[in-house]
Order: sequence, then C-alpha cells, then structure tokens
Amino acid sequence: MKITFKLFAGLSAYLPSDATRNSTEIDVQLGETVHQVIDRFNVPREEAHLVMINGIYVSPEQRDLSEIRAGDTLAIWPPIAGG
Amino acid sequence: MSWTGKILRVDLAKGACTTEATNMEWAHDYMGQRGLATKYLVEETDPTVDPLSPDNKMIFATGPLTGTIAPTSGRWSVVCKGPLTGAIACSNSGGFFGAELKNAGWDMVIFEGKSASPVYLDITNDQAELKDASDLWGKSVWETETALRERRGDPDVRVASIGLAGENGALYAAVVNDMDRAAGRSGVGAVMGSKNLKAVVVRGTVGVTVNDPMALMKTSNAAKEALAENAVTGTGLPTHGTQVLMNVINEIGALPTRNGHDVQFDGANDISAEAMAEVRESDGEANLVSNHACFGCPISCARRSKIDPTHFTVKDKPQYQIVSGGLEYEAAWALGAANGVNDLEALTYANFVCNEQGLDPISLGATIGAAMDLYSAGAISQEDTGGVALEFGNTEAFVAMVEATACGEGFGKELGQGSRRLCEKYGHPEFSMTVKSQEFPAYDPRGIQGMGLTYATSNRGACHLRSYTVASEVLGIPEKTDPLVTEGKAGLVKAFQDATAAVDSSGTCIFTTFALSGEDIAPMVDAACEGDWSVERFVEVGERIWNMERQYNIAAGFTGADDTLPERLLKDAAKSGPAEGSVNRLDEMLPEYYEQRGWDTDGVPTAETLGRLGL
Repeated sequence: MKITFKLFAGLSAYLPSDATRNSTEIDVQLGETVHQVIDRFNVPREEAHLVMINGIYVSPEQRDLSEIRAGDTLAIWPPIAGG
Repeated sequence: MSWTGKILRVDLAKGACTTEATNMEWAHDYMGQRGLATKYLVEETDPTVDPLSPDNKMIFATGPLTGTIAPTSGRWSVVCKGPLTGAIACSNSGGFFGAELKNAGWDMVIFEGKSASPVYLDITNDQAELKDASDLWGKSVWETETALRERRGDPDVRVASIGLAGENGALYAAVVNDMDRAAGRSGVGAVMGSKNLKAVVVRGTVGVTVNDPMALMKTSNAAKEALAENAVTGTGLPTHGTQVLMNVINEIGALPTRNGHDVQFDGANDISAEAMAEVRESDGEANLVSNHACFGCPISCARRSKIDPTHFTVKDKPQYQIVSGGLEYEAAWALGAANGVNDLEALTYANFVCNEQGLDPISLGATIGAAMDLYSAGAISQEDTGGVALEFGNTEAFVAMVEATACGEGFGKELGQGSRRLCEKYGHPEFSMTVKSQEFPAYDPRGIQGMGLTYATSNRGACHLRSYTVASEVLGIPEKTDPLVTEGKAGLVKAFQDATAAVDSSGTCIFTTFALSGEDIAPMVDAACEGDWSVERFVEVGERIWNMERQYNIAAGFTGADDTLPERLLKDAAKSGPAEGSVNRLDEMLPEYYEQRGWDTDGVPTAETLGRLGL
C-alpha cells in the first residue's frame, strides 16, 4: 500500500533520489510500524525527534506499535525549534 | 554590580541630557530591561496618556547580563505605551547595539518630551549629546546607519534608528539596530518618530563590572556548553533557523492562512527553511547565504539572504541586490501564508523593506492579509487600493502594498494603521486577526489550544513571545503536551509567561530556554549581580513583572473583556488537518488561568496577589 513519506531539515538526505521537496510516495507492508519505516530508510532513530502521522505526534513509545495505514502521511524532523 | 548604576535621562524638549543613579531597590525587585524599564514607565507616566504625545516616555533598556560574557547577552528592549494597542509595549531586540550601550556605562536611556526638530542622540561612554538630524529625516534605516557611522569615522559605533515608517507614524513601526535587528512589535518606532528622534548612535569602551567574575565565567561556560550540546540550540537553530517551523506548523494544521480562513497553506514548503537552502535555477545560488549571530551568542540563528537578482522586485534596484537579514519564521508566515503568497524571493524583498524602513513584518503581513479579505468581500475596491487588485495570492499586489506602507503613500497610509482600525473603517471588524489591536503571529489557536490563551492574555497584545507554549505543545520542550487539548494549558501559559518575563529582564535571549532552564540562567544572574538570585526569586520577579504590566493595562482602560480572540478563531472551525472541526476553546482555559494567577473572575489581580508580590 502507498503512503506519503516526508523527511525535513537535516533528514532530507535520507529520502530516495526521486523525492521532490522533502516528500515522496513509498510502499509499506500491512502492519509495518513507524520504527520499521524509519529503519528501512536508515534514518537514525535518535534523529527522528518529531514524528507525525497525518500531523498527529507519535511518541517514541508508540513508534513500535503504530501501524501505518494506506494513504497516511508520515513526516519526520530532527530536533528543531523556532519562534 | 552588573547594573552600571547609571541612567541617562534625555529631555528632548529642552535638548538636555542628564545622568542619574539607577534606583537599585527597583533593580532588585524588577531585575532590568523589560521589568525595570516598565517599573520606571509605571512610576513616571499616566497610563491613559496618548502614546504619540510628548507625555509618553520611551525607554531604551539593558539587563544586568547585557554586554557580559553570559551567552546571548546582546539583548535590549524598548519600553513605552504602545500606539498600536494602547497597552504596555516592550519590544526586545538583539544585534550589538544593546551590549554597546551597556559597555558605554548605561543601564537605561529615558527619553521624555518631544524635540522641536529632528535630532539624534550621540553617546560615547559617559558623554551624551543631542545633535541635529534634519539631514537624516526622510532617510531609511540603512541610509541613516551608514551616514552616522561615516560621520563618526568609527566603524565600531552601533546605531538604532527609525525609517520612513516611524517618521510617518505607521502604528507598527519598528526601531531597527545593526541594519536588520529590530525592536519590532507594538509600534515603538512610531513613538520614537513622534518625538522627532531619528537615531541613537553609541560607542562604549567602559566595560561591564560584575559581582563575581570567576563565578560568572564558570556559570556562563556551563551554559555555553549546554547550548552547544543541545540538538536544538547547537545544531537545529544554527543550521536551519526559525524558518524550519514552516513545514512543521503546516503539517499539524496550525498555519494561519489567507487571514485565518484556513489552517494549512499549500505553498508552505515554497517559503520554508528547506526552500531557502535550495539552489536557484536562475543564478545558481541559494536564497540563504549564511547564518549570523548577535553579540555573545553561540546559537547563531539569524539568516543572511540574497534575493535572486533577476526577480522582478529587485532587478532594477541594485540597493537590494545585497546580502542582508533574511526571513525568520514569523515574517515568512505573515508576509506569505497570511496573504496566500508563496514567492520566497518576494517575501525576502518585503523583509528587506521592513528592515530598511523600520516596520514589524508580522503586523504588516497580517494587515495586508486583512485588506485582501476586505477586497474579497467587496468591502474595498481598486478605487481604495489605488488600482491594485488586492487578491489573496497576488504577489505583485502584495509587493505594491508593502512598498506603499513602508513609504506611507496612498492606501499604504491606511495599512500602516493596522488591521483593527482598517477593518473597522470598512465595516468588518471581524476580519481583524488581532488581540488588543495587535496582529497575532504564526500559530493558529484552533490547532494549538494553548496559544489561544497566550494571545488572549498577552499584555502587549497578541504575541507568541510572551509565552511560547508551542515549545511544549508542538516541539516537546521541555516535555510534550497535546496541542488539541485545553487541560493543563492555564498552568502552562502562566509558567511560560513568568519565566519569559524574567529572561526578558535579564539581558539574555529567550531562545536559550530551548536548552536552559531557570536552574542555568539564575546562577548567571546570581554571579553577575549583588544579592542572592535563586531560581525561586528569578521566577517570582517574572510573576511580579507580569502583574505590574497587567495593572498598567487595567489603569489604561483594559478589562477582562479584552482577554479574547477574533471571532473567526472561536466560531469558525478549522477546515483541515488534525484540528479539523475544532475552534479555540478559550472559555475552558481563561477562568482557570485567572484563578491560577490569583486574579478575580474579571481578571483583576486581588489585593492578596498584589501584596504577595509587593505591588
């Protein structure tokens, strides 16, 4: 099944080469968790600070449990701030 | 110690500069900068004063840590009654001017009255003199700063000045120092202009004496180490700047778009930190040239940008084909998403113009957004706008309005009065995205509940820098809370407000708090200053300042009824994102906030609270 995968700031280097503007469409397996996707794209787990599915925060404890659904958007940032 | 113990009082009507001792009893109770300057304003002025009359005073203030070896010690503030809001105004800036003023030997400069003709204040250590500025009136910030530096023949002088916006009385005019750092909000530049004061130029070589130099070195080094090791202050902010938030806030559905009609902007990535770093096809360069640091700052979050020289905004204007202050997140949002404009180069140009002529980009962008809303609704037409089709997303129209406002020409004069006055004039006060007449910044309270309470209760009108609960609600600093719930937000807002007031009064930057707590900052104040500065005292000073500002606003005529949000945020649900279907539930937070503050149900501090804080 297809999802939208987004990596921002310093993590964008881990996106596949066909990605445009921090975003790409990827295939995920039924039951695949957030951590499994993070590992598959070699994103260091400690760098995956802000993780969101459809804009809703996924805490570190949930990342082994949260299954991804078709059509979801998984977006990840390293530690950042602004204001 | 660390306070210089000296205040420069400038009577603009008489043209006289006098020196007086800093009231150290007040310094001990209000620390410095925001707190101490507000105490002076409260004691010396009538809160009902017309902000643009000679009876309003304007104070340039440093904190006890300003100009010391403490990290981020370049901060200084401008305090006065604000012309945009009619409330207390305290606008904080970085750069190098504040540290230079402190090193010249001054805790504060108090300006009173109005000069009969344009003047600037020339300071070299303990020598201060008002000089004729007739030849500088009508000049931009950039021209003024360059001229004064050449006139002094000293490349190390520092300058704070106003541009055309401050001269023309735009109600959100800024005071700009070091070319592109600004005391930006609430219209402090208009107050400066109303006094016929064009600029302050300062050179300071006296230095700052601290109470315990070794202790300050030790605590400062510990703080610098913590800032360097922290992923946000050591890597995230220097690399990406505040603009990295654009995609974050859009993703969570809290990016106010097209004057608050939407909470997500499909052009967000086009105007983000990531876009600033992309190499352009036209000239093979990126918008972002480098980062930049203020005095004594190891974070270095500021951006230096160069506009595409082929872009329509600058192609025939070599004065803008330079490397200068680039977009921060709030500016990029206000100039971009709030208007539906996704042209990064046009936004950078608008940001340059704000620095050049001294305007707050938040209020400017949000006011143009409100005007686009009026145009869409048919409340204004091209007859009003000077022939400009002021539609959302129209980049050329947006640029025309920026230029007109900066120079106070045509419809720009009306835009310079802010969105509350503009929308009231054209019959749609509900289009104004303001609290206490000040435009709110880049976080939609329908998607971040705590920011609704932050805006509603901010003493200087809607502002994110009075309690940045985004840190907790979105970024997980110091711990993650859910942005969509109201539970616990009253206490969170109060804690952020008090801590921020203390940091703003210390002379250091609020961005340190992404890595440091009061446990790190209070020991630096304790080392630099006389007396015992515990964490508890540090935070209590913050709470005292917050209540003092509240009392000033009440005396100025504000009531609990002003602690509210635009109807659009309270009644029109978010249309997309995680907050889809939600409004801001201010009514669930405000009573608890009053209770936790020790205020009555009308939002007035009780006698017990005032007594506890020594007010």
